[in-house]
Amino acid sequence: MSVLVYIENPKGNFKKAANELIFFGRSVADKMNVECHAVVLGSVSSFDAIQNAGAHKIHHFSDNSFDAFDSQQVAKIVDTAANAVGAKVIVVGHTANGKSILGRVAVRQNAGSVSGVNTMPTLDGGFKIKKGVFSGKATAEFEIKSDVKVLSLMGNSFQASDFDNTAEIVTDSSTNSDSSVTITDLSTVEGTVPLPEAELVVSAGRGMKGPENWGIIDELANELGATTACSRPVADIGWRPHHEHVGQTGVAIRPNLYIAAGISGAIQHLAGVNQSKTIVVINKDPEAPFFKAADYGICADLFDVVPKITEALKKYKANN
Amino acid sequence: MNLLVCISKTPETTAKIGFTDGDSKFNEEGVQFIMNPYDEWYALVRAIELKESVGGKVVAINVGPASNDVVIRKALAIGADEAVRINAEPQSAMTTAKYIADYAKSGDFDIVFLGKETIDYNGSEVGSMVAEYLDLPFFSYVSKLEMDGSKAIVTRDVEGGQETAEYTGAFVLSAAKGLAEQRIPNMRGIMMAKRKPLNVIEPSATEDLSVVVKYELPEAKSGVKMLDADDMDELVRLLHEEAKVI
Ligand SMILES: Cc1cc2nc3c(=O)[nH]c(=O)nc-3n(C[C@H](O)[C@H](O)[C@H](O)COP(=O)(O)OP(=O)(O)OC[C@H]3O[C@@H](n4cnc5c(N)ncnc54)[C@H](O)[C@@H]3O)c2cc1C
Repeated sequence: MSVLVYIENPKGNFKKAANELIFFGRSVADKMNVECHAVVLGSVSSFDAIQNAGAHKIHHFSDNSFDAFDSQQVAKIVDTAANAVGAKVIVVGHTANGKSILGRVAVRQNAGSVSGVNTMPTLDGGFKIKKGVFSGKATAEFEIKSDVKVLSLMGNSFQASDFDNTAEIVTDSSTNSDSSVTITDLSTVEGTVPLPEAELVVSAGRGMKGPENWGIIDELANELGATTACSRPVADIGWRPHHEHVGQTGVAIRPNLYIAAGISGAIQHLAGVNQSKTIVVINKDPEAPFFKAADYGICADLFDVVPKITEALKKYKANN
Repeated sequence: MNLLVCISKTPETTAKIGFTDGDSKFNEEGVQFIMNPYDEWYALVRAIELKESVGGKVVAINVGPASNDVVIRKALAIGADEAVRINAEPQSAMTTAKYIADYAKSGDFDIVFLGKETIDYNGSEVGSMVAEYLDLPFFSYVSKLEMDGSKAIVTRDVEGGQETAEYTGAFVLSAAKGLAEQRIPNMRGIMMAKRKPLNVIEPSATEDLSVVVKYELPEAKSGVKMLDADDMDELVRLLHEEAKVI
């Protein structure tokens, strides 16, 4: 028996999410007194980042035909690996690719599944685990009754830390993908943490007045090492790229810190950010609904306040 | 093209969320229901656009009780040609997907459309399950779909960017923002919807492997701390010492 984790390696590199997933898989495995195995597909530049993350074994299907993602091919490999290691719990990331194999693997394994989980399961009296529902407005506890369980883990739910064992890497270079899907382009922003993984997020809305004013938001984000986000109307009118749009119809995130400038805090916006641990709101309207959901509020003109926060951070960094 | 669009019914986006029966059931009292926005705005409309440009038909499918017929009629009013309702209370993603796939197998569909997730359970599971049952490729979070003869060119949203793929053959996709523009049904559409077929199919027996046992509402925030705009050093101090996030 074991816990099996499917790890993504976009463009050959492991992201922070990989460590968190393995940490979660290992923690569940420890609770069940079983081993934790990981599956990785395609080219890998180095395993250093994840070798101590908690897995006992990493099964690497190394053929580069797997570099092009095809949910059908990945699900087949994960399913076969799960059978080989007797996986009772299979975990994927709650990401675009993870979600597109979650259901496939559940069907293949005839397993109950829960997507977007954000807590450890409890095992006494049945396998129970929680996730956010109604766009973060409530939590639901699910019970999975099947022998095998399939989960996707919401990013930023756990603080990963290394274990003292080093994973053994088992390489399979003979299996390849027989996908008939052709990937013609994959363009992702480089150098910044993608939104669903980001611990720190600086977000801005219509209060910015125009795209030319975003410099102060970028400066604050740079100073913090944060990822930028925006409200929906701002993405709709093209002031910001579509992948930055958070909320009910955009990305749902749960960073440690969410700073919102010039965003009113409409219920559909809150739906995507209300699981953030700490929320700071900057708005010149004291009646802005966002203040009710905030931990810290600053009622003032954002064009004044945002640069001041950047300055205060610089000063703080210089002194510490 | 033969196009199947899965539509679901969800509480309206501003609905007050509450629970009954010892917090084990969603309290529907006073809640207004709508068609899941991703299904309506993006999946359904793109399917209708494709039919308008290359011919064929659009079938809308819903798994749910008779009270869902209002939402199904709306899909017909927007432009679906016919509709199917599988007469079952959807309890888990897997059974819902099984019902849809069983129907899809009978219909020779070129593309099965779904929304990227429902706004109530935020599951995003049904699409990949339907694809697996049908043994077809699945493209999630599709924000652009073009046909070049029989070849589909599909752009999907991935973390921090987009991926474009080409495929010839039947497939399943989940729709994200950008795939189409919302259409408001007009009077003629609403009148015509009344005469379009809505077939009700009784489901086969299935078992739910994953069920909700309890709901919880989040603890209320302890209240916002308002800070002096001239003292942002204080904000930085609080973020470091009190919230411990930097
Ligand atoms: C079905 C549905 C789904 C939706 N999904 C989403 C979603 O996913 N994400 C989303 O964001 N929205 C979504 N919306 C839209 C949402 O209802 C709001 O319209 C939107 O979030 C408002 O964006 P905003 O806060 O940037 O703009 P506004 O509501 O216009 O707010 C701008 C704010 O900036 C403040 N401001 C202006 N100037 C300054 C200044 N100089 N200094 C400080 N503050 C200033 C104003 O006081 C105001 O509060 C959805 C709506 C619907 C109906």
